[in-house]
Amino acid sequence: MDVKDIIKPENKVYSKTSVLTDNVMHYCPGCSHGTVHKLIAEVIDEMGIQDKTIGISPVGCSVFAYNYLDIDWQQAAHGRAPALATATARLFPDKYVFTYQGDGDLASIGTAEIMHACNRGENIVVIFINNAIYGMTGGQMAPTTLMGMKTATSPYGRCEELHGKPLKITELISQLEGTCYVTRQSVQSAAAARKTKRAIRKAFENCSQKKGTSFVEVVSACNSGWKLSPVKANEWMVENMFPNYPLGDLKDR
Amino acid sequence: MAEHILMKGNEAIAISAIRNGCDGYFGYPITPQSEIMETLMVEKPWETTGMVVLQAESETSSINMLYGGASCGKKVMTSSSSPGLSLMCEGLSYLAGAELPCVVVNVVRGGPGLGTIQPGQGDYFQACKGGGHGDYKMIVLAPSSAQEMYDFVDLGFDLAFKYLSPALILADGVVGQMMEKVELRPMKDRMSNEEIAQKYPWATTGKTPDRKQNVITSLALDAAVHERLNDKLQAKYKQMEEEDVRFETYMCEDAEHVIVAYGCMARICESTIDQARAEGIKLGLLRPITLFPFPTKEIQRLTPQLKTIMSVELSAGQMIEDIRLAVNGQIPVNFFGRLGGIVPSPEEVYEAFKKEINK
Repeated sequence: MDVKDIIKPENKVYSKTSVLTDNVMHYCPGCSHGTVHKLIAEVIDEMGIQDKTIGISPVGCSVFAYNYLDIDWQQAAHGRAPALATATARLFPDKYVFTYQGDGDLASIGTAEIMHACNRGENIVVIFINNAIYGMTGGQMAPTTLMGMKTATSPYGRCEELHGKPLKITELISQLEGTCYVTRQSVQSAAAARKTKRAIRKAFENCSQKKGTSFVEVVSACNSGWKLSPVKANEWMVENMFPNYPLGDLKDR
Repeated sequence: MAEHILMKGNEAIAISAIRNGCDGYFGYPITPQSEIMETLMVEKPWETTGMVVLQAESETSSINMLYGGASCGKKVMTSSSSPGLSLMCEGLSYLAGAELPCVVVNVVRGGPGLGTIQPGQGDYFQACKGGGHGDYKMIVLAPSSAQEMYDFVDLGFDLAFKYLSPALILADGVVGQMMEKVELRPMKDRMSNEEIAQKYPWATTGKTPDRKQNVITSLALDAAVHERLNDKLQAKYKQMEEEDVRFETYMCEDAEHVIVAYGCMARICESTIDQARAEGIKLGLLRPITLFPFPTKEIQRLTPQLKTIMSVELSAGQMIEDIRLAVNGQIPVNFFGRLGGIVPSPEEVYEAFKKEINK
């Protein structure tokens, strides 16, 4: 049998969603961003909301998210995505508005914006990528960097005296009245990615039901920043990140 | 017959926003301009025109809400006073870089730092020379009456959308707080989402199958692309200088001396002109209405007939630098200013003027 005999429409078992563009991703091999992008794109496609979805991209590695998801995008100043999303959702109450933010963006410079948007219960979705490091600027310490973890700005390991302890921002967010759904997921395996996709889908559905803010943290790997191979990075994440950032729903109402 | 209402300059801003089809106001309280958001909250425009009004958690957040709202092609505005504008400078740079229209009101108080809640004009440099990072300018309108506070909201939106640039209304504590008769102009409707999508094809209204995605960003890592973006911005600022300079003159036809003043100081200096004229001194007033673009050409036109020119400001001398650039050393450029929130009387200005010309 020739390969041409196999490539037929009826034999096709998987198609890449058209919401994901054909642009070559700039993310490092092993990075979680690409997987999460794909999951969001699939949810938008499956819900049929490409023309109603507006994404807000952050400052960080995912600043270029607009190159990969074929929807309308606003690129925000560092940390300010929830402010953009607030205005967009209030001025376009029938659209699906989501922010896509990293740990430096959301849990450090943008803490005021995320806390208040969530507390007001803005009808938006927040996708929070927590890889415990600043990827784009070259691997500096993030608010979510683990104790003892070596980064460019904590070269001897994060210590409490100098840096304080990691900020459990998602736990804080779950306490805010305006949030309806707060969950922590991961994408290191097919099973984990499927769970994350279900969470993202639920978050977008909450949006259509105007339930308030849905917050999906994805504990992610930054193998370049962690200076590990992609496989080792995922192992390290499971061993070290998950005990500090346990997976599962923190709130669902 | 047009309706007239007695109101504060700050209230005029709020009422004008509602009546001119503004889609959203996002602000944070600060003296001396809190009446703007207070008036909006009392008027509840979301029940009438559908305008969104929101008290943000900070000025940083409100300016970024403008970035989001403007990205949607909506008419959005905020207001603050000096320390708040300092916080907004980051956002203004992004708005300018992403070519987004919006109206920002600064009811200026005395600085630096927390300064005073009394009136000031010390934010001229911040307003006209950028304030935030990078090579950008904004349209800067300087109202000197409650009526102009009302009218410049609409004018600000017109210019902001003409140039796809932030427009700043640079008022001062006097203009914001004083009560005057204001004529309410005819109402303008808000635009529908369909009209916005058609009129502003760049806006993030949701990617439909018939068009490419819209991305609002100020980022361009490629040096050649980024230089082109900057060239485009500079061409826009040049066009503003050619097409949208606004000013008023008072008794300048035969003037041998001219005072240049804006905002509340222009009102005060009108009386100074009258005093000088009563004593036979040929003094005139030039009131820039746009501080950027600055009425450079009008100053250059007047310069040959003048012996001196004087800048009168509630600052240590900021606008005077633009006057000096226009005059280019041809005649003496004098200065009188008060600081700390002190507003001089017409007599005080006149004495300072006479002292300078008799030197």
